[in-house]
Amino acid sequence: MAPLIEIRDLRVEARGDDGQPVEIVKGVSFTVERGEVMGLIGESGSGKTTIALALMGYARFGCRISGGTVRIGDTEVTGLSEAALRKLRGRRVAYIAQSAAASFNPSRTIMQQVIEAARIHGTLDEAAAREKAIGLFRAMAIPKAETIGERYPHQVSGGQLQRLMAAMALITDPEVVIFDEPTTALDVTTQIEVLKAFKSAIRDRNTTGIYVTHDLAVIAQIADSITVLRHGFVQETAKTGMLLASPAQEYTRNLLAAAEPARRERPALVETAAPLLKVTGLTVGYGGLDAEGMPLVPVVREVDLAIRQGEALGVIGESGCGKSTLARAISGLAPPARGTVELGGKVLGPGLAQRSREELREIQLVFQSADTALNPRVSIGEIIGRPLTFFFGLKGAERDRRVRELLDLTHLPASVLNRQPGDLSGGQKQRVNLARALAAKPRLLLCDEVTSALDTLVAAAILDLLAELRKELGLTTMFISHDLKTIRAICDQVLVLYAGRVVETLPASAISARGHHPYAKLLFSSVPALHQGWLDGLAAPAMPASATEAQGREGCTFFHRCELRMEGTCDRIVPPPRQTPEGLTVACHHPLEG
Amino acid sequence: MSASKAAASPPRRRVSPLRYVMPGIVLFWLAMTFIGHAVAPYSGAAIQDADLFEGMSRKFLLGTDYLGRDMLSRILEGARFTVGISLAATALAVGAGLLLALTASAVGGLVDQVLSRFLDALISIPSKMFGLVVVAAFGASIPVLIITMAIIYVPGCYRINRAAAVNIAALDFVAVARSRGESTFYIMLREILPNMVGTTLADFGLRFIYVVLLLSSLSFLGLGVQPPDADWGSLVRENMPGLPYGAPAVLMPALAIASLTIAVNLSIDAFYGSRRAREGVH
Amino acid sequence: MTGSIGTLLLGRLLAAIATLWFVATMVFIITNLLPGDVAQELLGQSATPEAVAGLRKSLGLDVPPFERYLTWLGGLVRGDAGRSLVNGMPVGDLIGSRLGNSLLLAGITALVAVPLALALGIAAAVKRGSIYDRAIGMGTVLAVSVPEFLVASAAVLVFAVHLRWLPALSQLGRIETFWDGFRVFALPVMTLTFVIMAQMARMTRAALVDVLSSSYIEMAKLKGASAARIVVWHALPNAIGPIANAIAFSLSFLLGGVIIVETIFNYPGIAKLMVDGVATRDIPLVQACAMLFCGAYLLLVTAADVAAILANPRLRHR
Repeated sequence: MAPLIEIRDLRVEARGDDGQPVEIVKGVSFTVERGEVMGLIGESGSGKTTIALALMGYARFGCRISGGTVRIGDTEVTGLSEAALRKLRGRRVAYIAQSAAASFNPSRTIMQQVIEAARIHGTLDEAAAREKAIGLFRAMAIPKAETIGERYPHQVSGGQLQRLMAAMALITDPEVVIFDEPTTALDVTTQIEVLKAFKSAIRDRNTTGIYVTHDLAVIAQIADSITVLRHGFVQETAKTGMLLASPAQEYTRNLLAAAEPARRERPALVETAAPLLKVTGLTVGYGGLDAEGMPLVPVVREVDLAIRQGEALGVIGESGCGKSTLARAISGLAPPARGTVELGGKVLGPGLAQRSREELREIQLVFQSADTALNPRVSIGEIIGRPLTFFFGLKGAERDRRVRELLDLTHLPASVLNRQPGDLSGGQKQRVNLARALAAKPRLLLCDEVTSALDTLVAAAILDLLAELRKELGLTTMFISHDLKTIRAICDQVLVLYAGRVVETLPASAISARGHHPYAKLLFSSVPALHQGWLDGLAAPAMPASATEAQGREGCTFFHRCELRMEGTCDRIVPPPRQTPEGLTVACHHPLEG
Repeated sequence: MSASKAAASPPRRRVSPLRYVMPGIVLFWLAMTFIGHAVAPYSGAAIQDADLFEGMSRKFLLGTDYLGRDMLSRILEGARFTVGISLAATALAVGAGLLLALTASAVGGLVDQVLSRFLDALISIPSKMFGLVVVAAFGASIPVLIITMAIIYVPGCYRINRAAAVNIAALDFVAVARSRGESTFYIMLREILPNMVGTTLADFGLRFIYVVLLLSSLSFLGLGVQPPDADWGSLVRENMPGLPYGAPAVLMPALAIASLTIAVNLSIDAFYGSRRAREGVH
Repeated sequence: MTGSIGTLLLGRLLAAIATLWFVATMVFIITNLLPGDVAQELLGQSATPEAVAGLRKSLGLDVPPFERYLTWLGGLVRGDAGRSLVNGMPVGDLIGSRLGNSLLLAGITALVAVPLALALGIAAAVKRGSIYDRAIGMGTVLAVSVPEFLVASAAVLVFAVHLRWLPALSQLGRIETFWDGFRVFALPVMTLTFVIMAQMARMTRAALVDVLSSSYIEMAKLKGASAARIVVWHALPNAIGPIANAIAFSLSFLLGGVIIVETIFNYPGIAKLMVDGVATRDIPLVQACAMLFCGAYLLLVTAADVAAILANPRLRHR
């Protein structure tokens, strides 16, 4: 039997900055059998989303399909008129986008949008479509399946919207479903629930699918075959098991290595009596203070932590857990309402204004996005040179020599000196960002999601650089990330943050042995492993996330999502941190397992 | 039929002669502001040996006015008022707006709030109305016109520049400079200001257009530049009786205004390509 | 988000009233900073000191400025704007006899310009990047760059002087049939429409282009929705706020345009009244007219704000 989808020599052009057409998909071919899922994987600029959209005969504004053929069943998609394409889209081929929040029309109810395709294509009447939609909501394990359709998109959480969008795609029983990075914007504990819903929907319906992602571990759970893309070319196509076990291409091998980053080499710690950084009872928030001097909207609550000289502490947590605010409070950018920050035994002032220049120099914060952290109007030489002048009074040739040393240290060519940030690649910009912080010769380096905005391979190179810097300079670092694998690769200790509170502190080597705190457990077990069948092997889902997150002053912040919660205790009393024999610190009322 | 139909308009390079012609026209009128008197073929004030409202001829390229004076000379000499007054008012408005915006975003807090409230309220007096009230109270002299138009457009400049400054001040590189301990002055001057140049210059061009149009309107109503001085708006006004004869004396000064404002407008487009900046602004 | 839609709307209303008060104060301050003596100026140098003092008293100029301000403000609130310095008639009567004419002109213009501008703007947004879109873009740049009196005089030149189709002056007294009315209003309305349409079309286009480039529009396309459905069902409900803003903002240009157009066509409206008042420095008349125009402007802006709040689904459905 002929494959259901056949793409031959597909080419897509975009209009470049100079107005000249630039090919962004350069002759891509692959086939997908009926009932199979093909994974398209690649870094940004690989053309993966463009190819997926071309399956529906669609090209984004400024792009056009310039050559090749796309066949679905008996239909030559590339030869269809606009009217015939409309009949194909949403009926025979359906699309699930990356950001559900942006892909739902804010002015229409969810139900109106979910059944829209069925109504447009006339596959079902209004009542039957609604009934079918509610059935799909149930199949996707969406809570309140009967009534959720009457809500508006902004009234529903991101993870639920993503599943609602899958229901929207499946309403017409399409032959092909395109998944375009559908879980990338989600937190890892939410991603797992959505992935499970997708997987069972695909299995139950024998769906033919195209799954686009940059995450190999995710695609290994869903796809039967994988096509690796780079710069608009196919690198290789293979069955998922084959590709993971024995990749044919060097590039694929690099991707695999970066997807499961190895523990980087780390210097041996010098045991000193007092830690370099000591944070006690730190509470930060906004919205003014209440009668007790606590912020009305606390973001970080009563955090204690310590980092020894030369140590790397990882801080992990989902978006909004307060990890960036913690770093800003330590650096003095966000003065805390309560608590103290001590560096080298000396208590620092709460805000920038209360700290001396020397104290400011000793703590350097590296921001996540080099795009906004580097002034686009200033040359690289001046960006790195300014701290040298500001802190050490270096000028002229002496400053120049030191800037070149720093470029060397961060593996940047001297040719970038007179360029501006806009002329540099993403990885280069992040190196400049690091070099500027190092120019101040800090005692403590705070890295806020420094690899998150980068492509997998570029991020891996930055991790290598950080490990190298630690070894050469003996840097003490606090490394903030939402990505467990990154933290594990370069940190000694890990601190798990949930809703502004530290729920667990543990050695990085103990991560795989699973945390003790229920949230840490959920978090660690939600990170997809790079082998097939990991998703199927997971235990039943933990208690689903409640729509209303705990923000009260009393009780455990994880109460509403915890499967071990004890009414009357956990919602009343903040659990105190307790030491375990293995050297973990856990903040949970529940008796600790061995 | 094919993929090309499914896709958006085909990529095409926009080569625009506007890039050179339009700035050329702007430069021409700028030059005339200073040397208009010197290059005018006749004295604009001199009554020529000609009919009133004469048509275009080799002798009088743009015809003659209601007293039989040479229109070309009067327009060239009028550039001094139209362009000169507008330039002065715009420079004052943008300068003050920029200064206030930088101060507000640097100091923040109460100063920012009071300034923003006051200037936002001022914006709710339509520009022509403001002009008319002031002229009714003080009469129309050139300093009054310049200062009035500057005041009228300060709130708009402030709003644009403050929005830009606040957006830039929220970026991480400013936080980096702050956490290094840099002074507010350094941050304003070295980190924020260089990133505002494009916004401020584009705004300058647009303000200039508004000022030219406002000045011309006031003069057309007889409430702007007063005789014996005459800007282009006054020229249109004094020659309105020639309209029934289709005399060039009416249209030519109006076209001079249009050539200036259109050229400035399209020059901004050519350099900044951002039409958004102009939308919703006045 | 805190607070209900009701409090938001109430806030807007209070802000509008506060702004109107601020505007009134500004108008009063500007018109009372006048150097010299109004009474002296009105009567000329030859007047006797007694006559000047008498006029000062009758104008109320002998009381302190703040008291005068309160009296004036109180008068405005009651609808009493004082008497004209030039002919002694109550300002309210002068305005009352002209207000209807101006409203008629503005109303007809709005009826013509708003649908036309919306159609042009929406079409340009839907056909983004096409020749048509670029032509509209260029056309609107040209239209907002030229002075109103150029448009008006060009229209007179073409339709009244060369073609002789329409009268160059607006003589409202001679209207007997619909055709008469059409001929009288054609030129002023055409000019005003031209002036405000460009801005409105361009802002409408921008608002819609913004919405049309969002992800949920792409999603609708990928569901197989027709172009008409995408614009009407998906895009327009989300563009109501910005489009209302565009309309209100452009209609405020009407206020400026009306001043020129009434003058050029000798149309008996309040703008013409005000321009004459400025020329004769009839301060009470100018003050009242200015307040009327500023009030109309604030009304438009507030209406747009309210429309935007009511159209926002995040505020409507909590």
